[in-house]
Amino acid sequence: MTRDELRQAVLGVLKDIAPEADLSRLAPDAPIRDQLDIDSIDFMRFLIGINEKLHVDVPEADYQKVASLNGMLQYLGDRLSA
Amino acid sequence: MPALGADMTAGRLIAWLKRPGETVTRGDIIAEVDTDKGVIEVEVFTSGVLEKTLVEPGAKVPVGTPLAVIREAGGTPAPAPTPVAVPTPEGRAPVSPAARRLAAELGVDPAAVRGSGPEGAVTLEDVRRASGKGVRGERMRQAVAAAVTRSKREIPHYYIGHTIDLGPVTTWLAEQNRDRPVARRLVHSAVLLKAVAVTLRDFPELNARWVEGRAAPIADINVGLAISLRDGGLVAPALHHADRLSVDELMSTTLDLVERARAGTLRSSELSDPTITVTILGERGVDTVYGVIYPPQVAIVGFGKVVQGAWVVDGGVVVRPLVRATLAADHRVSDGHRGALFLAGVADRLREPGRL
Repeated sequence: MTRDELRQAVLGVLKDIAPEADLSRLAPDAPIRDQLDIDSIDFMRFLIGINEKLHVDVPEADYQKVASLNGMLQYLGDRLSA
Repeated sequence: MPALGADMTAGRLIAWLKRPGETVTRGDIIAEVDTDKGVIEVEVFTSGVLEKTLVEPGAKVPVGTPLAVIREAGGTPAPAPTPVAVPTPEGRAPVSPAARRLAAELGVDPAAVRGSGPEGAVTLEDVRRASGKGVRGERMRQAVAAAVTRSKREIPHYYIGHTIDLGPVTTWLAEQNRDRPVARRLVHSAVLLKAVAVTLRDFPELNARWVEGRAAPIADINVGLAISLRDGGLVAPALHHADRLSVDELMSTTLDLVERARAGTLRSSELSDPTITVTILGERGVDTVYGVIYPPQVAIVGFGKVVQGAWVVDGGVVVRPLVRATLAADHRVSDGHRGALFLAGVADRLREPGRL
């Protein structure tokens, strides 16, 4: 999967959680939760969505690494190519 | 038409999901209605055969209007109330030019919209609703406004707070979550909800409804969880029998409720059954929640942000994850002393989350 395909997949899951958000304005290096007003329950739904779509289960210890969009893409890229 | 909140006066039937002659079982979803709280699935509270429907799709009727007659298993039908006369749409529904224009603007196919106007005509509101933009949030705002206005006018609130050391809960959650797949992981909210629900067993005066000048305690503990919707609304559907659900079950039920609250597919009983509300508002840095009771309930419990703070243990200062729990309660029904004992009970239970 290319990084662009990954980005589309991640944004697709985010769109389900925050359908009203303009994801083209998402700052790639800032925390997703702050930008989209995502609470802990919605963050769980986000990670469950990522797991269903990409079959990557992000453990709690790695939540910091996936806080931003670029962080998430880097993390998924590493996990999927490992 | 079920009352799905203290201030709901009417609802519009959208569709029947069962046909006359079909067997229905208590808990089945038989219809969808459109209300201030969005589209709600209506359940039946008896088992039997759907004898006939009394309200046609598209009709708006007052709360309390019978929607259908159900012949109970082995019995006679419930007394048939007067049917409500409504126009039955024939053929394709008419669409006004204004509605057609708006539909084009919003990218909605007017032929696919269920009309609610005279003779099933597609109205501007129908088009807006079909587009999913605007209307729901606006109407829900009005419903919330009516409920909180009544609350602040009629209910003499008292407010108390209690800071709780969540160290044991945080440690327990980290242990639990370490080996769990993401779909089965827990968050603080599930543990807080469980502690509140179990503690309420000892405080029936907080798990009650104020009806006709007096408090009526409710045997079931149905905790309404305040969920803010992304288009600006607020709903607090029930976690039924929350005291009897495990923390895992509370977590999965919460995820399901949030998902369906956002999708607008809550069930009628979930909106009508809460006996108390819990609101967890810490996500954006709120320390302390001063809740507004949702009538006819008599109490609301709030939790703020879990923060690292100084805490005294055995005469020494340590850093611990702390949360501020608050209670706003109806002073006609309970006193601050009982409320204080309740919050202390919640704090006690959170000391040993493994036993919840």
